[in-house]
Amino acid sequence: MTDPGSEVIRIRGLTKRFGSTMAVTDVDLDIRRGEVLALMGANGAGKSTVIKILCGVHPSDSGAIEIDGRKIDFRSPLEACAAGIHAVHQIINDGVVQQLTVAENLTLDEICQPAGPAMLNRRRIAERAAEIQSILGLDLPLDCAMSDLGQAERQLVAIARALSHEPKVLILDEPTSSLSESEASRLFAIIEDLRSRDVAIIYISHRMSDVRRLADRAVVMRDGLIRAEFQKPLDFDGIVNAMVGHRTGAGARTAVPGGKPVAELSGFRLAADATPFDLELREGEVVVLTGLIGAGKSELAECLFGTRRPAGGAIKVDGRPYTPKSPGEAIAAGVFMAPEDRGNASLVTEFSVRDNMTLPFLHFFSKLSLLQSDRESAAANVQVSDLAIKCGSIDVPIFSLSGGNQQKVVLGRWLMRSARLLILDEPFQGVDIGARQDIGRHLRETAAGRATLVICSDLEEATEIADRIVVMRDFSVAGVHSLNDLSTDQLVAEISSGGLPAAFG
Amino acid sequence: MQPQSSNTAASATASSADGPTRTTSSQIVKDFIIRYGLLVILALMIVVFWRLEPAFANARNMFSILQAVSVTALLALGVTVTLAIAGFDLSIGSTAAMSLMASSYAMVILNQGTVVAVVACLLLGLLIGYLNGVLIVYGRIPDLLATLGMMFLLLGLQLIPTGGRSIAKGMTLGDGVAATGTFTDAFLALGRYRVFDLIPLPVIVTIVAAIILWVFMERSRFGRVLYAIGGNERATRLAGAPVERYKIAAYMISGLFASVGGILLSARVGRGDVTSGSSLLLDSVAAALIGYAVLGAKKPNVFGTAIGAVFVGVLLNGLTMLNAPYYAQDFVKGLVLVFALLFTFGFASSQRR
Repeated sequence: MTDPGSEVIRIRGLTKRFGSTMAVTDVDLDIRRGEVLALMGANGAGKSTVIKILCGVHPSDSGAIEIDGRKIDFRSPLEACAAGIHAVHQIINDGVVQQLTVAENLTLDEICQPAGPAMLNRRRIAERAAEIQSILGLDLPLDCAMSDLGQAERQLVAIARALSHEPKVLILDEPTSSLSESEASRLFAIIEDLRSRDVAIIYISHRMSDVRRLADRAVVMRDGLIRAEFQKPLDFDGIVNAMVGHRTGAGARTAVPGGKPVAELSGFRLAADATPFDLELREGEVVVLTGLIGAGKSELAECLFGTRRPAGGAIKVDGRPYTPKSPGEAIAAGVFMAPEDRGNASLVTEFSVRDNMTLPFLHFFSKLSLLQSDRESAAANVQVSDLAIKCGSIDVPIFSLSGGNQQKVVLGRWLMRSARLLILDEPFQGVDIGARQDIGRHLRETAAGRATLVICSDLEEATEIADRIVVMRDFSVAGVHSLNDLSTDQLVAEISSGGLPAAFG
Repeated sequence: MQPQSSNTAASATASSADGPTRTTSSQIVKDFIIRYGLLVILALMIVVFWRLEPAFANARNMFSILQAVSVTALLALGVTVTLAIAGFDLSIGSTAAMSLMASSYAMVILNQGTVVAVVACLLLGLLIGYLNGVLIVYGRIPDLLATLGMMFLLLGLQLIPTGGRSIAKGMTLGDGVAATGTFTDAFLALGRYRVFDLIPLPVIVTIVAAIILWVFMERSRFGRVLYAIGGNERATRLAGAPVERYKIAAYMISGLFASVGGILLSARVGRGDVTSGSSLLLDSVAAALIGYAVLGAKKPNVFGTAIGAVFVGVLLNGLTMLNAPYYAQDFVKGLVLVFALLFTFGFASSQRR
């Protein structure tokens, strides 16, 4: 059973839905001993849901998982650990206890054993901790408080702790995101060592250079489905292509040329060492900003909305210089933005549908500062019917709505008043296909009279709504394309910088 | 559009399982208890006390109860605003005590009149709230810690000018000279005058303040933004609200209400008593928290806070009339608070998910 290359985990027909959103659909996946499997895909593609099911965090809706030929059904993360599956999560601070020492963190699982001794033996902990860190060949200050360590060292502690269990399967979620070059190469050496010891490794990363260095096999997910599988030698353009999706039969639409410029960026630099670029957003057209994670899409939106300062260059809105210092100033100038991560950045969970919609525009709905709730309700009802929002009434709390309908409420909020420039950051994330089409259609229908900028890393979604597609890479603009003369190959090449995507992350 | 119809079906079954649409009789009873439980208990309490001790229910005693709770209620109303932004103000008790000492000091030692004393106290309350807000917003100190620090600071500060002694008419000062000032009649009337020889002025002040604050929190756009900050500060900032200014304003409102409470207390006591404000903090926080349970609000709210204050007042007055021992009072207060919180969080939580 322990030949290298034999399957340790076999997943068949795995399906998971959250509310009305299909997070994972019918996934088949084999995980093999002594192999590094790169699991890739954009945010919301379903990678972390698969991992969470494997780790016993979420139960699956249907499908089977076998470990060494035995069917399993984890009910808690502890059961997954007992079966030999260990994960190191992307957010390191979830995996370590800041107030304890390094030694205590390394041995935390043993300290927390219910059956363990009641009194702690400091010497025993120190010995065991030294043992555990020797697995990784580390030399950390064991008596130091965790909070005194840097990000990278914390990451290594979390990995060492996972390795102390001699896992069959080790899951690493973006492990290099906070590591320096030399720390990362130490981690790679450790991963290669583990591979030679027949551990199965699932490696989640957006960084192509990591994948290039480590992966024996790559699986790409998109919209909850496995879109492609690549064996060594890996085809990197093919991976990017599968991640962002192909252009589909949306060609029936032709691009709206766009009227006078609304926002003009000139000599614009998002970071001190980034290439300056110019960009014009015109009235009536929908511009989609695409690119991989870390390409600078959200950063550009944040500069336009006053939550980030550009490193250089100028913005004009309607011909006048525009330097917003807060979202309040941006909104006053007619620049509206629906940020990514609607739950944390857009919605007030306890508030009703109506109160969530009117929040930025309360002064329009009040007289002598007293709210005129009938006017609020009327305006909210218009958006509910325009966007076909499914809710009991505008007075129900927002948390009772599905993800797609919550996203429609966010869009409805910013359509209540007429914007000069409307920015939507990943409006289709965690949204089912019906809601996605409603949102896209309504966005296009209302596009006249304003400039619209949509951030969207999925090319299929992008071509559904865009008149122009702007590709970003390395905090700068890599290409601008009209919908009318769009070449998927060229887009993909620009996104991944023609197969040389070293500085992806 | 196949996927869409299946999604609709899915969300329909999901919402029917969530509960709000279920109408079993046990659900109706539960909803009723969550909404009106506390008001029903308040009414029952009044009836029971009245049957056991008929003097309880006469108008004069009722207004005495309200007068007794008016200071607590004012502080509780102030802290409600900071609770609404998901903050907390532990310094309200000592702000009120500070205002009590400051008004006494202004009149007795500095020979100032009513207006100066009152205005000075109000400004002091606003200043304390401003400092709290700045410490929390720009100093990035967690609200509990910042206002705890302010609480101790004020407790010490108010004793410095008099060397730790209470302020009374004719007290001897440091240099052996007797203080020449006195509490003005107008100032004392603030705490003692009864309109139509029945309704105490502090009760009227408190009711008016409560109504103004209710309109502010429930009907004005400012209140809506304050609640939004409490619900999701980041989302509120990204919706364009100047969150920092709102948060500082919330602490200033809290300080202002606490200082009004201190003025009324000072006017009733008629001397700068160093121990007067000691129980104010906990009683008023209790009133605000009991308010969460009123009408099933499950959040800080002005009406609930007012009811909460009355609830505590009725309970304590009734127990006193029935000659319950003094130490029973804190016990009963604690019991009520625990049950009110259970109404709010325990029983209601099954509704939410």
